[in-house]
Amino acid sequence: MTYIAKPKLRHPGIPTNVLGFTHRDYEGSISTLCAGCGHDSISSALIQACFELAIEPHRVAKLSGIGCSSKTPDYLLGQSHGFNSVHGRMPSVLTGANLANRDLIYMGISGDGDSASIGLGQFAHCVRRGINMVYICENNGVYGLTKGQFSATADKGSKSKTAVNSDSPIDLVGLALILGATFVARSFSGDKKQLVPLLKAAIAHQGSAIIDVVSPCVQFNNNPQSTKSYEFVREHNDAVNRIDFIEPREEIKVDYEPGTVTTIEQHDGSILKLSKIDPTYDPHDKAKAMAYLQDRQAKGEVVTGLLYLEDDAEDIHRHLNTVDTPLNRLGEKELCPGSAKLAAVNDEYR
Amino acid sequence: MPSPISATNDFVVKFANVNGSGSASANELFAKCILRSGVPVASRNIFPSNIQGLPTWYEVRVSGANWLGRRGGVDLMVAMNPQTWDKDVASIDPGGYLLHDSTKPLPPSKFREDVNEIPVPLTEICNRTYSDPRQRQLFKNVMYVGALASLIDIAPEVVEAAIAAQFEGKEKLIAPNVKAFRLGYDHAAEHLAGACGLKVVKSDIVGDRIFIGGNDAAALGCVYGGATVAAWYPITPSTSLAEAFGAHCKKFRVDAATGKNKFAIVQAEDEIAAIGMVIGAGWNGARAFTATSGPGISLMQEFFGLAYFAEIPAVVFDIQRGGPSTGMPTRTQQSDVLIAAYASHGDTKHVLLFPKDPHESFEFAAEAFDLAERLQTPIFVMMDLDIGMNDWLCEPLTWDDTRTYDRGKIMTAEELEAGKTFGRYLDVDGDAIPYRTLPGTHPTKGSYFTRGTSRDRFAKYSEEGAVYVDNMQRLLRKIETAKTLVPKPVRRDAKEPARFGAIYYGSTSVAMDEALAALETGGLHLDTLRVRAFPFAEEVVDFIQQHEQVFVVEQNRDAQLQKLIVNECAIDPARFISILHYDGTPITARFITEAIAERMTLQRKEAAE
Repeated sequence: MTYIAKPKLRHPGIPTNVLGFTHRDYEGSISTLCAGCGHDSISSALIQACFELAIEPHRVAKLSGIGCSSKTPDYLLGQSHGFNSVHGRMPSVLTGANLANRDLIYMGISGDGDSASIGLGQFAHCVRRGINMVYICENNGVYGLTKGQFSATADKGSKSKTAVNSDSPIDLVGLALILGATFVARSFSGDKKQLVPLLKAAIAHQGSAIIDVVSPCVQFNNNPQSTKSYEFVREHNDAVNRIDFIEPREEIKVDYEPGTVTTIEQHDGSILKLSKIDPTYDPHDKAKAMAYLQDRQAKGEVVTGLLYLEDDAEDIHRHLNTVDTPLNRLGEKELCPGSAKLAAVNDEYR
Repeated sequence: MPSPISATNDFVVKFANVNGSGSASANELFAKCILRSGVPVASRNIFPSNIQGLPTWYEVRVSGANWLGRRGGVDLMVAMNPQTWDKDVASIDPGGYLLHDSTKPLPPSKFREDVNEIPVPLTEICNRTYSDPRQRQLFKNVMYVGALASLIDIAPEVVEAAIAAQFEGKEKLIAPNVKAFRLGYDHAAEHLAGACGLKVVKSDIVGDRIFIGGNDAAALGCVYGGATVAAWYPITPSTSLAEAFGAHCKKFRVDAATGKNKFAIVQAEDEIAAIGMVIGAGWNGARAFTATSGPGISLMQEFFGLAYFAEIPAVVFDIQRGGPSTGMPTRTQQSDVLIAAYASHGDTKHVLLFPKDPHESFEFAAEAFDLAERLQTPIFVMMDLDIGMNDWLCEPLTWDDTRTYDRGKIMTAEELEAGKTFGRYLDVDGDAIPYRTLPGTHPTKGSYFTRGTSRDRFAKYSEEGAVYVDNMQRLLRKIETAKTLVPKPVRRDAKEPARFGAIYYGSTSVAMDEALAALETGGLHLDTLRVRAFPFAEEVVDFIQQHEQVFVVEQNRDAQLQKLIVNECAIDPARFISILHYDGTPITARFITEAIAERMTLQRKEAAE
């Protein structure tokens, strides 16, 4: 980590987005993670995505659990409220926060220990409830903060200083598909070109968006045999597609060769332009997506890209039929039935 | 042979049934009929952790003198369960009555000479009247209510009106139930005239009081108190609170114009997730609660520490049951006092409220949301199975329409814009409660990072000893502020100056009222203090210091409230005498009276020697 803060002085020509914010307005505190940590690249991708989408920073709520990855919300969007909760329980805190105010953008930032080990239950249940959120798992297969123990996504047969992992790894992408996530993607912290548009699409998605991002741990799990290492992912990255995220106000100017590009309109009117790398891959077909993932994973490939998308996603507020006004803005006028009704209630108990 | 008990508006009827046999609604009907005669009742359901086939009891205490606790003893047993027959018969007071199904003769050894038999051939009448096996079973229950009504002089019109009220909305069921009731009533009128010396005489003692369960009342308190988010996990005896909240919300919280809900209820995957959701919602400015019992409190510990340290409002209803572990899941206790007061690892301290009955459960529920937002910390409403799941006769619920919600110290966008200093953990006005901002308030000001790790007054991460200590000391001072905000204890002084005092709380209160009257009649005077909250107000310390000896009456084994007082108020433990009742049944007036009388008399004798 560095301890030298960037100078406050800004170049007068620094680019601004439509709101007049610069890239710097989306940054947070200085990262305390190790130099070369994949997580810092993901933070940087998130900053870029929010800047490019021109999101008002205070309209975002960042939530996390415990671990290296869960520290990162502090290192981005310094003008957003953040909540570093307890280990493995971010999904429930995020669910409650979302219930209280449906108007904010919720980012859950977690790791493989936080999501797949201690928090697997909460991960599963928040996905099946359809919480409108971007859930990022910064996946390195190892416990960093406690120095190198295996997590539940660690490869079978991977070695630490003292042990060999004999447990099967949990695949969060496969789980998310089974559990009913409406946006499922995998990416790599070292591939910002793929990651930033995926994040933008996930933010625009009005349902449970799960992104599993392979994010190498340079200290404890970056050996070439590890499927969570820079080297391995670079060599075995099987990207099924590329996204160009197009905002509502932009026009689609270019015509593409038929069959190579699909455009998908999301609920908020934003348009995803999906360039197919593997022409056979259809992100709307869940069963085939699962078969494809199984097949490629068995061959040692890391499948990345937008793996599944349900265009007409629903979220928990639709399921619970909650009012449009955020619940945290309702006061006694809207909530308290008053004394006359209570008198009638008393009569029912006589 | 003692003479048959003769009593008017003052006796105990106990029903021994098999659960799942449909007896509960018939037994409730009986209690309602007495209430509709204007005579107070206290009813208690004693049930197993089971759905069908195990013994269950329902006790109705009829008390024209308004004693609403359990008295102890049984004057009339309605013995409908062969499994528990022997114990049930043995529990009847000498001179009492035994109403039973006399269809099949039982050997004389099954009866007691000092108990008066009231035989009713229930099965025979049922089999004669009904062909459907389910009806034969169900209507047997209403039939014994009919026989009882005749025996104790409840007018048939009262019962018929009560049946009509019970089946409101299911009108088809009224006529068959009235018919079954009549069969029992007529049989007893014809064959059993004068068989029972227990009588109900119509009066107007009930007044405008209501008959309601604590969970139901607390759920109403949540609606009135402005709760919008509820997250819970099913656990006896708290489940009915969450379910009642849903029912009341459907009635009162659906927006008329849009048909949309001004509430969100989530049945979580476990208690950990439930409290996580409550804390997430509280952090984001909604009034949120969970309802649980001991095992849930155990699971939520880590989150309680987070909410305490990160200062997030949350309301937790703990409907206490018999512990430890699964313990006695359908029996009552007050045994979570210590775990709630100091919930979570590290140095913590939480605010507890102890309502005495459903009426106070309603009030404290609504107040808990104000306290949680004012103090920015979890508030535990410490109820128990006895209050939560039994219907109690209590004062009607009231609401002051001028009352507004206290949302606590929330800094607004305007205040931030005007340049007001915002430090999330900065005590600006001496009450140790800092201001908070809600997510999404202002584009450039007032954001902060909430965490369970140590931080400075401006929410910046810090592991510096002095910074940590500064924060921990402020949290202690916040508890001092809490002392001034929580409900005050209720003191009641004896007619004569008293050397002895007694402290009690929660569901013990009704039995205590009666015990005090009995002790006074016996010439034993003591002052009492009903504790209604933790942290303890100054009045608690004063009360103890003004008495040589103080009884602490509790429904747990380890004298948990007493230990909390000793610990928090630095008082010599020798000053206290514990009166403890923890067999899972609600404490009785007889138990308290005997225990206190024995100790007081002993002390008097010692003093005389």
